[in-house]
Amino acid sequence: MTELLGSYIPIAIFIGIALVIGIALLIAPFAVAYKAPDSEKLSAYECGFNAFDDARMKFDIRFYLVSILFIIFDLEVAFLFPWAVSFHQLGWFGFWSMMAFLFVLTIGFIYEWKKGALEWN
Amino acid sequence: MGLQALFFYMFAFVAVASAFMVIAARNPVYSVLFLIVTFFNAAGLFLLTGAEFLAMILLVVYVGAVAVLFLFVVMMLDIDFAALRSGLIEHAPVGALVGLVLAAELIIVVGGSTLAPEIASNAAHPIPPIAERTNTAALGDVLYTDYVYFFQIAGLVLLVAMIGAIVLTLRHREGIKRQDISAQVARTPATAVEVVKVKPGQGL
Repeated sequence: MTELLGSYIPIAIFIGIALVIGIALLIAPFAVAYKAPDSEKLSAYECGFNAFDDARMKFDIRFYLVSILFIIFDLEVAFLFPWAVSFHQLGWFGFWSMMAFLFVLTIGFIYEWKKGALEWN
Repeated sequence: MGLQALFFYMFAFVAVASAFMVIAARNPVYSVLFLIVTFFNAAGLFLLTGAEFLAMILLVVYVGAVAVLFLFVVMMLDIDFAALRSGLIEHAPVGALVGLVLAAELIIVVGGSTLAPEIASNAAHPIPPIAERTNTAALGDVLYTDYVYFFQIAGLVLLVAMIGAIVLTLRHREGIKRQDISAQVARTPATAVEVVKVKPGQGL
């Protein structure tokens, strides 16, 4: 247990150093940078125009479709990790069980390909 | 032990604080970002209990995918969040009820394992010691063979989700020219170019 956590110490140190560098870079401008703000500098800049409207707007449902399809294949890959790790213990039954799983998802993949869900027009 | 306890309290405190900020933040986009922080700290807590695989899957699936989906929903639905928030007091009893049910379940689980500590060893597949088998491998040992039906059902559920998402959201707009790559590649000079003999002075 402790040796398992010990193997994560380098990651903790890495994240700590990354935090220190990131926070230092965030704070340094407040300390040293020259500031002379006025209302034009602080207003939203939209390439020469006055800002049209709120940045929050409805966007296309197809972004949502892409991210749902991404999640599904993400989960499929999550199932592959334990399979790959204990591959030697599984034998042929475990192998074919995973092949059946992949086959089912490949049917879905072919369906979405043929329906054109991956195309962007 | 000292370092482990330090990390536990750090993760636990940040998780609780950011979970509170999820419901307290005024801007829903900030709420989702605080939710991501909560997921990260929950992953850290899983790691401290030795559940490496669960921690990494939490990061991959929840932080990588579900949080992005939440962000999409928040950005896509153009809801007036100030109006949504005004019903906070009326809806508080329902929220309190859900919280109470969750708290009761946690108490039952923790109390059960305290009152009957031998219950964990009655499992069909007890967790092997982490020194001899990592829990990713221990999961893989049983998931694809002993629990093959659940595994295949998971695959079918994913298939249903995929087809459902496509059926519900995919709309092909008419009158748009699409690229047909095989037709482009199959073009030959014979089909693409026509040689016309033009008589002088007559034009085409």
